[in-house]
Amino acid sequence: MMRRSLVAAVALVCAACGSGGRKSGEVRNQLRISIAGDPKSFDPLQVIDDSSDTVRYLTSGVLVRVNRATDALEPELAESWKMSDDGRTISFHLRPGLKFSDNTPLNANDVERTLRRALDPKEASPYRDKFAGDPAITVSSQLDITIAYAGPKPGLDRLFDTLPIVPATMAKLRASAGPFYYSDYRPGEYVMLARNPNYWKHDSSGKQLPYLDSVRVAIQGNHDVEVEKFLRGEQDIVAKLEPAAFDRVEKAKPGSAKSLGPSLNSESMWFNESPRGPLPEWKRKWFQSAAFRHAVSLAINREDIARVVYGGRAHASAGPVSPANKFWFNASLKPLPYDQRAAMKALTSEGFTQQTGGLRDAAGHPVEFSLITNGGNASREHMAPLIQSDLAKLGMKVNVVTLDFNSLLDRLTKSFNYEAVLLSLNIEADPIEVMNLWLSSGDHHAWYLSEKTPATPWEARIDELEKIQATSGSRDVRKKAFDEVQKIAVEQEPIIYLVNPDALCAIAPDLKGTQPSVAPPSVWWNVEWLRFE
Amino acid sequence: MTWVRRAAIVILVLVALAALFGPAFAPYSYSEQFRDAPSALPGGRFLLGTDQIGRDYFSRLLYATRISIVLAPAAAVVSIVLALLIAPLGAGRGLLRPAVSVFTTICLALPWIFLFIILRAELPLNTSPGLSVLATFALMGVAGWAWPARVFAAEIGRMENSGWLLHARACGIPAKRIAMAHAWPHLRSVALAQFRVLVPAYILAEASLGLLGLGVPEPLPSWGNLLGDLRHPDLVRANPWILTPLVLLIVVMICLETLGSAPMGEIE
Repeated sequence: MMRRSLVAAVALVCAACGSGGRKSGEVRNQLRISIAGDPKSFDPLQVIDDSSDTVRYLTSGVLVRVNRATDALEPELAESWKMSDDGRTISFHLRPGLKFSDNTPLNANDVERTLRRALDPKEASPYRDKFAGDPAITVSSQLDITIAYAGPKPGLDRLFDTLPIVPATMAKLRASAGPFYYSDYRPGEYVMLARNPNYWKHDSSGKQLPYLDSVRVAIQGNHDVEVEKFLRGEQDIVAKLEPAAFDRVEKAKPGSAKSLGPSLNSESMWFNESPRGPLPEWKRKWFQSAAFRHAVSLAINREDIARVVYGGRAHASAGPVSPANKFWFNASLKPLPYDQRAAMKALTSEGFTQQTGGLRDAAGHPVEFSLITNGGNASREHMAPLIQSDLAKLGMKVNVVTLDFNSLLDRLTKSFNYEAVLLSLNIEADPIEVMNLWLSSGDHHAWYLSEKTPATPWEARIDELEKIQATSGSRDVRKKAFDEVQKIAVEQEPIIYLVNPDALCAIAPDLKGTQPSVAPPSVWWNVEWLRFE
Repeated sequence: MTWVRRAAIVILVLVALAALFGPAFAPYSYSEQFRDAPSALPGGRFLLGTDQIGRDYFSRLLYATRISIVLAPAAAVVSIVLALLIAPLGAGRGLLRPAVSVFTTICLALPWIFLFIILRAELPLNTSPGLSVLATFALMGVAGWAWPARVFAAEIGRMENSGWLLHARACGIPAKRIAMAHAWPHLRSVALAQFRVLVPAYILAEASLGLLGLGVPEPLPSWGNLLGDLRHPDLVRANPWILTPLVLLIVVMICLETLGSAPMGEIE
């Protein structure tokens, strides 16, 4: 009898494990996702890390939202809006009867207060830089507000996709105008979000959104554990799936692994061209030579990297912008073909010669340089020997060095003691966000940090084009300028773009209403429409 | 000697022979990439399959074994020699004794793994892979003197109070002769025991550094960087043969531990 009870108990436990702790037939109404670490702040205006940004996104109401699937700007708390032709002024008309989750009314005064808080130097909010320019804010009625800048503000309407409208006092920070509000937090375990009973949105049948009752955001730093939990049915979404896990997830849960095509990110390498770096002058001369950089770029087999390292789940990069960024991508650019002969020709034109023992420059120096990358990243650790082997065919000796991430950053940004680096560049959807990379005086001008004046005529030209970016109110004018920036970047190759890894994610088969997109937050950007069936 | 210890010696000898002469018989170079066959299954073309970028796993394992099996004992010898030089100072009289004792304690308390990370980060970037390997093991050898030094100092202290040493001094035998003819035979067995403890410790230390991506650089293989792939469970599931270096490491460790627990006279 006792033995039978024991067997039954074990069977029950197994059944519970198999269904992720849910009873058969139970209707789920809680979405379970995860973030990599504890949010650094629950104040939506003080978000500086990805984990806080996830909570911010799910708990914040915004005036307008970019539809991640169509890239169109759609009304949210603002029923309508109007931009002036010169791109300096925007007026919003809010929906009537809006309320925060704690029943406090939401009106144009809340929008004004939010914007003033974001711009207040004492708050040191990361939004201050985004909205910089000392705008005049005018509230003309409870539902109408106008924001006017003295000069053109590029992408002004889309900026409001990110600005969370917050309640009047800090004590009310838990109140939200978004689909959920923050209800509980256990450090190191989870953040619990509950349905906002005052959320304004309804579906076509008149049912109030969101469909879900709550979101459990687990704090899970280990990506492999995240995948395991998904496979056991204890998590509903894996927002970023590694290529190696894709097939396993698809095999275990057919239809749940999704490939969204090339992501916005780009794996890339660049040489240290800064005179502040402690390099021999002749090495710096190689790195400053466009022909040398072009030869290196031609000699790297990008297709092999995509196929061997990413199992075919990556695409050769055509330039600084991923094709996933449909509006800003310069479609006339194509990935550079793998061509060792053309690479050698480019090197010969600069006086390099292949001799016994390897490639030598015109002065007889052997071509040898180090390629640093961060340890622990499987893709880059596998990519580096492929690059090393490809460049060895030209006679270049590449010493691959893996460093811990802090040491690597220290070399890139403080000591400038490196020769070449292999790293991923975070590409924002709008190029205005990466001006710091392209401006010669920019803080992130990777290959030559904080130049005093443009070191080359093409960098001077990029500076001019970036100024157009910063001052034009017309998206089309900005696009034309940035197309030329991309063209120059591909011709001069200060950064050698290698591959765009595919954006991969996993979504529980019974979760409906998702429209996954490569733009963050990729899977739950329309969280109010998600439901279980 | 039990059959278990005999088996351990046979296995270690076989591994050492494979390490020393195996690379000559390796089917491919450790760095040759077969990009048409990444993560290939074990079979006729590749005995143990290939790694994720198409390098023959068997050939890499042979070279890796040479590096780990040859350099770990070399590093252990460095530690023992340093310890033998420093320990007598700590066993002497006067201020030197507490000074050496405090210095040894400080060295034992240092979090070496972090120091290794810092030192590795500070090495010149264009250090060749071979030199980088030597530097890694040399650092381990230099850093590892404190434990054996403490054991040797205790042993020397015990000898100083022994009757035979007093008798030798009373007979007027010169200190150098006492050290070489009488003290060294006592210390030798202790040194051998310490050597047997340090070798597996250094093999594991290199493996740990390799797991952090800070040990032997690409394209040179070592047990450490071969084990590095085990950080990614999906890779292990897809290519279970990458567990081979782990199996080899465990077998070698068990053999070394088996011999390490043997009575001294039996091994000598």
